[in-house]
Amino acid sequence: MYSKGYKVAVTAPPLFWVTLFLLFAYVILFAHSFWSVRDGQIAREFTLANYKQIATSPLYLQVLFRSMKIAGTVTLLALLLAYPVAYYVSFQARHKNLLYQLIIVPLWVSYLVRAYAWKTILGSDGVLNTSLQFLHVTHGPVSALLYSPFAVVLTLTHIYTPFAFLPIFASLEHVPRNLVEASQDLGAAPLQTFRRVILPLSLPGVIAGATFAFVLSLGDFLAPLLVGGPSGIMISNIVVSLFGAAYDWPLGAAISLCMLVLVVALLFATERLEKRYSYQ
Amino acid sequence: MNVQRRGGWLAAYSALVFAFLYLPIAVLILYSFNGPGVGGFPPRDLTLHWYRVLFEDEAIWSSVLNSVMVALVAVVLALLIGTPAALALDRTNFPGKALFRRLVLLPLILPGIITGLSLLMLCVFSGFELSLVTIALGHGTALIAVATTEVFAGLQKFDRRQEEASLDLGANYWQTFWRITLPNLKLSIIGAALLIFTLSMDEIAVSFFLVGRENTLPLEIWSRLRRGMTPEINAVSTIIFLFSLFTIIIWYRIRTRGQAQEMLAASIIQGENP
Repeated sequence: MYSKGYKVAVTAPPLFWVTLFLLFAYVILFAHSFWSVRDGQIAREFTLANYKQIATSPLYLQVLFRSMKIAGTVTLLALLLAYPVAYYVSFQARHKNLLYQLIIVPLWVSYLVRAYAWKTILGSDGVLNTSLQFLHVTHGPVSALLYSPFAVVLTLTHIYTPFAFLPIFASLEHVPRNLVEASQDLGAAPLQTFRRVILPLSLPGVIAGATFAFVLSLGDFLAPLLVGGPSGIMISNIVVSLFGAAYDWPLGAAISLCMLVLVVALLFATERLEKRYSYQ
Repeated sequence: MNVQRRGGWLAAYSALVFAFLYLPIAVLILYSFNGPGVGGFPPRDLTLHWYRVLFEDEAIWSSVLNSVMVALVAVVLALLIGTPAALALDRTNFPGKALFRRLVLLPLILPGIITGLSLLMLCVFSGFELSLVTIALGHGTALIAVATTEVFAGLQKFDRRQEEASLDLGANYWQTFWRITLPNLKLSIIGAALLIFTLSMDEIAVSFFLVGRENTLPLEIWSRLRRGMTPEINAVSTIIFLFSLFTIIIWYRIRTRGQAQEMLAASIIQGENP
C-alpha cells in the first residue's frame, strides 16, 4: 500500500546517516588499525605491525585475559543474583509490577552515580571501612577493598545485574504456565519441574542476559579507573591511554577492532544459541 | 498465577539482592548530608551545607546547561533519524535491511568506548573540531537505537487500516503521515524522547572521547573525582538520581499504558525485530 516514493523517503535519510556515522566510522576504525605512527604523525600506509604487537606482547594478552576473567566473573555473579529474583518476581511475588519496576529503575540511573557510590563505600576512610572499625570488627582500614580487581567486579556486578535480569524475566514470563501445571500434575517434584521445564525454557533469556553483562563489562573503562587501581586495569583502559598520552591511535584502533570482532562474534553465537533453545 | 510457592528463602534472597542494588545509592544520598565529608561512620553533623556549595558552584551549572543542550539536540536528532528508520524496518524491504537493522541497534549493546572511538576518528579524519556539537552528534547517533525500538514497538500496535482509509479518502502520504501516523505514534515518541534525554544527560563513555573545551555534567563530575571526593559530588549525584528516577517513572507510565511488559532491552537481543 505504500508508494515507492514513501518507501524511499523513510529509508533514505536513516540509511544515509547510519552509513556515514556508524558504518563509515567503523571502516575508519578498521583502516586505522592497519596504519602506524611515525614522527608523531599517523602514517597512512598498510602494515600489520599493530596486530603483530598485540599477538606477541605479553602485556596486552595478559590484560585482555584479565578483562575476560573480570567480565566472566561479573556475568556469573549477575546471573546468580538476577535469576532467582527474576524467578521470584515472575512466579511467586505478590507485587509483581512494583518489584519489576524497582529492578529496572537502577538500569537507567546514571552509571557514574552508581560507580561513584562504590568508591565512597570501599575507600580506606570510606563507609565500609569506618563502619567495620566502628563495630570493632577491624582496627585499621582494610586497604584491599578499593583499587583491586575485586572492587571492579563488585561495581560492575552492581551496574549490570539489572541488564541480566531483564531478558531472564522476559523469558520466564513467556514460560507457558500450563506446562508447569502439567509437570506438577504428572507428579514431578518442584525441583524437577524447575530443572526439566522452567530452566530449559528460560535459557534464551539467560543467554541474552549473560551476553549483555559480559559484553558491557568487558568494554568498561570507567569503573576500573575509578575503583580499580593498577591491578584492576582492563583492556579498554589500555585503549584509552593509547588514544591519550601514549598517542598511538593505530595500535589503539587495532585493539578496539579485536574487541569489536570479539563482541560481534559473541552476539552472533548467542543469537544462534537462543534460537536453538527457544520454545516456538 | 502462583506456582511452586514454598518457603520464604527465595523472597529473602530477593530482598538481599534488592538491598545490594539500592544500598549503595542510599549511602550516597545519606552522605550528601554528612558535615565532615565523604566517609566516616556513623554519619554526623547532618547539614545542607554541601547543597549550598553546589548551588553556588558556577562550573557545575554551566556544565548542566551544556548537558541539557546536548541532550535536546540528541533527542531531536535521534528521533529525526530513528522514526523513519522504524518505519523503514516495519514497511519496506531493501537489500541490506538486516545489516541496516543490526547497525542501528549495535551502539546499544556495544561498549561505549568503541562507539566513542570510532566517532572520534571519524571527526578527526574529516577535520571536524571537537566540541559540544560532536558530543551531541555522538549521543544522537548512538541513541537512534532507542528511538527506533520505541517507535517500532508503537507501530506494532498501530492499525494500518487507518492509513489506508486516509489514503483512500484522498489525502496524500504527507498529510496521512502528519494526521494519522504521527498522532498514533505520539506516546512512543514522547517515551523515546524522555529516555533519550535521560540517557544523554548521564552518558559519559562516548562523551569522554568527543569532548572539546566545554564539559558536560558527567564529565565535569568525572574531572572532579580525580581531584578527590567531596559531599558536593554526592549532592549533585543525588539530584541526578532523583531526576533520572522521575523521568524513568514517567517513561514507564507512558510505556505501559495499554501494553504488556515488553522491554526495550530484552527485545533487542531476543526477537528478530527490534
